Amino acid sequence: MKIGLKLTLLLLPILFAAGCSEDVPPGEPVGFIQVKGSDTVVNAAQKVAEEFMKDYPHVFVAVTGGGSGVGIASLINKTCDVATCSREMKPKEIEMAEKRSVFPKEFTVAHDGVAVIVNKDNPIDKLTIEDLHRIFTGKATNWKEFGGKDLHIVTLSREVSSGTHMYFKEEVVRLGKKDNRDEFSPQTLLLTSSQAIVEEVAGNEAAIGYLGMGYVSDRTKALLVAKADQFYSPDVDNVIKKAYPLSRGLYFYTNGEPNGVTKLFIDFTLGPKGQQQFIETGFVPMGATVAQKD
Amino acid sequence: MRRKISEYIIESLIKLSGFVVIIFVFLIFLFLLRDSLSLFRVYKVGEFLFGRNWLPISEPPKFGIVPLLLGSIYVTVGAIVICVPVGVAAAMFIAEAAPTFLKHILKSLIEILAAIPSVVLGFIGIIWLSPFLKNTFHLNTGMCGFTGSLLLAFMALPTIISISEDALVGVPRAYKEAAFGLGATRWQALWRIVLPAASPGIIAGVMLGIGRVIGETMVVMMVTGNSPVIPTSILQPLRTLTATIAGEMGETVSGSEHYFALFAVGLVLFIITFIINFLADSFLRRARV
Repeated sequence: MKIGLKLTLLLLPILFAAGCSEDVPPGEPVGFIQVKGSDTVVNAAQKVAEEFMKDYPHVFVAVTGGGSGVGIASLINKTCDVATCSREMKPKEIEMAEKRSVFPKEFTVAHDGVAVIVNKDNPIDKLTIEDLHRIFTGKATNWKEFGGKDLHIVTLSREVSSGTHMYFKEEVVRLGKKDNRDEFSPQTLLLTSSQAIVEEVAGNEAAIGYLGMGYVSDRTKALLVAKADQFYSPDVDNVIKKAYPLSRGLYFYTNGEPNGVTKLFIDFTLGPKGQQQFIETGFVPMGATVAQKD
Repeated sequence: MRRKISEYIIESLIKLSGFVVIIFVFLIFLFLLRDSLSLFRVYKVGEFLFGRNWLPISEPPKFGIVPLLLGSIYVTVGAIVICVPVGVAAAMFIAEAAPTFLKHILKSLIEILAAIPSVVLGFIGIIWLSPFLKNTFHLNTGMCGFTGSLLLAFMALPTIISISEDALVGVPRAYKEAAFGLGATRWQALWRIVLPAASPGIIAGVMLGIGRVIGETMVVMMVTGNSPVIPTSILQPLRTLTATIAGEMGETVSGSEHYFALFAVGLVLFIITFIINFLADSFLRRARV
């Protein structure tokens, strides 16, 4: 009896392993890919992964979020195969990666607009970048100043690990100027997810927040934004035309030139089936931009 | 003979696990200290402890923990003010007043309360509690310290109630009987005799509850708004030590200044919880004597 039990325990892992690797036809790719990073990209990447696994049933792709910083940190620490990012890697980060013999290779996988959202009861429909700058640095504190109601403005931001946070800080808080040292007003609420921003804006008439275009829904109102005097709405057409002033790329990073199943995954993402998933989650595919440029 | 050997083995295993625990705590402290010292090589200790700005990703970064420390204190004090009276009263009710069947129901309910994952409480906080508080108190936003305090109080209640209840039940019957013999009413006996006799145990329960509150992360990160301002009111968004570590750890590349700064924040938290647990433990020991 006792020996029987021991034998079963011994055999268990072997049986388990056998169960996992079934019969793989020769030549069929087998493997495991860890994708980590941006919360903006996570839903799209998840859908791409699901489609990918339909085509390659013996490759398992795990997708997790956490923020662009999380992705970059795990690429440098070699705990993921693909880092997803809603901003480009900073020179300092690349330097740090190279010190650990990780050589990030960048792939632009889609484009995105950063939408600025307010409550549906807020009468304001459009703001300039300069207005947004004054709001998010705390120079303007009442909606009255922009022709709205007499309400204290509640500014919402993502946490510092968010690529969207960094993009917004550079383009709006610092107005895209390298030598500008402005910061988000310390009164700004730092929320942990885009979903939390949607919830707060939907329930708070005084709130204003920003997020990836994919999160815009009819529960909140996306503002028209202007760099100078021409206002544009954050939609696919305006991002393709690069007319919407808060447009940016979304990126995948691998350690060096990708190979094996990772290469398959990157190619799939950039291919028509992968790009289709980005369209469905509300982003702008690569081809559209290129076509427009030509 | 055989029995002696097995007894010896078991005894030394228990002793060993005791030592291992002490070594673990000591090692955690050492690791925190080592990484914190890496920060203090490039950043002044004084600026860290007394700095009023937390701007970790700016150039140059500022790692002043005053707003975070005050945020943690505000939220914790708020939670204590709510949960201590409620918790002790509930323990008194369960130990002395409730009929037996109700006692059993209440005790199992408290156990269920302790088992609710904090992320679920946080979600309830975002969806329901924070809009409710915003409308009730006419705030700019419901994401504030008070929302966090309420939820944390809720989380500390099970600890406080069950330890206080144990302490109350543990008071020798003779004390109460003597009080009754002198003509005291039930309330007088409970308030003047049983409660003071059980007080070291109750204080220990409260201390352990505080330890839980100050170290809690998920709930405060979700509902307090995380603004690194120096708080002037509990009805204002604020940022705690724990939420800062959890919220920012993902961003930092290991080995950077920001990374070490978060370890230094961890060290501060470790020292605070260590002191609280140490005090709680000394009260518990006094309760047993």
